[in-house]
Amino acid sequence: MTPFVYGLLTFLLACAIAVSLSKDLLNSIIIFMSYSLIMSMIWILLESPDLAITEAAVGAGITSVLFFVTLRKIHALKEEEYEQEE
Amino acid sequence: MSKKNEKYESTLWYRLKYWVNGEEEDGIVEKETDKYEAHLKRVSVEDRVYRAFSEIPNDGEEERAHYEELRKELLELSKRYETWPEKRGVKIFNRIYQVAAVILCVFIIGILLVTVSYLPEFGNKDNPSNNEVSERYIEKGLEETGATNIVTGMILDYRAFDTLGESHVLFIGACAVLILLRVDQVKKENTTKEEIEEANTEEIYEKDEDTILKKVAFFLVPTIMLFGIYVILNGHLSPGGGFSGGAIIGAGLILYLNAFGYKKIQRFFTYKTFSRISIVSLLCYACTKGYSFYTGANHLESIVPLGTPGAILSGGFILLLNICVGMVVACTMYAFYTLFRKGGM
Repeated sequence: MTPFVYGLLTFLLACAIAVSLSKDLLNSIIIFMSYSLIMSMIWILLESPDLAITEAAVGAGITSVLFFVTLRKIHALKEEEYEQEE
Repeated sequence: MSKKNEKYESTLWYRLKYWVNGEEEDGIVEKETDKYEAHLKRVSVEDRVYRAFSEIPNDGEEERAHYEELRKELLELSKRYETWPEKRGVKIFNRIYQVAAVILCVFIIGILLVTVSYLPEFGNKDNPSNNEVSERYIEKGLEETGATNIVTGMILDYRAFDTLGESHVLFIGACAVLILLRVDQVKKENTTKEEIEEANTEEIYEKDEDTILKKVAFFLVPTIMLFGIYVILNGHLSPGGGFSGGAIIGAGLILYLNAFGYKKIQRFFTYKTFSRISIVSLLCYACTKGYSFYTGANHLESIVPLGTPGAILSGGFILLLNICVGMVVACTMYAFYTLFRKGGM
């Protein structure tokens, strides 16, 4: 059990650092999503399933969807626009 | 057949219905002001009076007299409705508003600071919150709240008032987003080029029928909804509760919207449904837990029997409160998404 927890924690740290270092906003949102998923697994291991469900639904689901919508509103998703023009 | 009430338009029910629907109150608003506002939209008062002057035709005395009357009427109207409020009323109102806001803020800050001085020191190991409170929750939680899931018992029974505040925070958040991002329906006639282009891109995204997304959503959406309802209804028995279940249902609604488009979701979920559901559930929550104000803020003794722990109809009000919170959260999540995306529901 412990190596699994250590693996999760290191992955969590890596995600947290990668979110702030990645230059593409879309990438950082996806990394943030995976951060939330790992966090919800850690909540289960800490024996708080209530928080795990909420973290998975809000953190990984709705927050990142809202981020995607905002990115499209501020025209930060450039590749998609290029495809539209072609 | 019921009797037709001739004065139906002036009844209380009619007014209430219009107030709930938020439509324009045709029968109630004075016609005078309506006319005046319609005029005001086109030209300013002076312009209009000037125009009334210049447009007097030389056709005869009757018409001339008619126009004179019209002109006088307009001038009177403009005096009554424009001069005082525009010159001084708005200024006075703004001044009163600012002073009242400052006084209210200072008052609330004072009350909170005074309350803080009565609290025990933070981090002290003898504090009741570090010993007695958690002990009582764990030892007597099941007995007193009737909820097998002790977390829900705490959130929705011991600390139900906090949860009421949380759901209000969500509702106020949705209102703030609505104020900031809503596209005004009235202004649609004179939209700029950018807005038209944006609408066109929205349509392009809409028409882009993704078969994979549709097929996946066809199977996933009912499952997600069922799981959300399960999480809400079993909030007092198994992990979960109103907030997480509501978030799951909201995510399901968003997926449905993305897969099938606005037209299909507007058959059962519009702005009206949003406002009605969230207001009714907030009111319901406030009424069910509001009685504790009158019993000395001690809602440990529930009026409703607690039932056998483990059954779905147990735990007093917890089930009802869970449903209320879940509805508010689901509506708010969906509203956030639609407002962010196109500024309306």
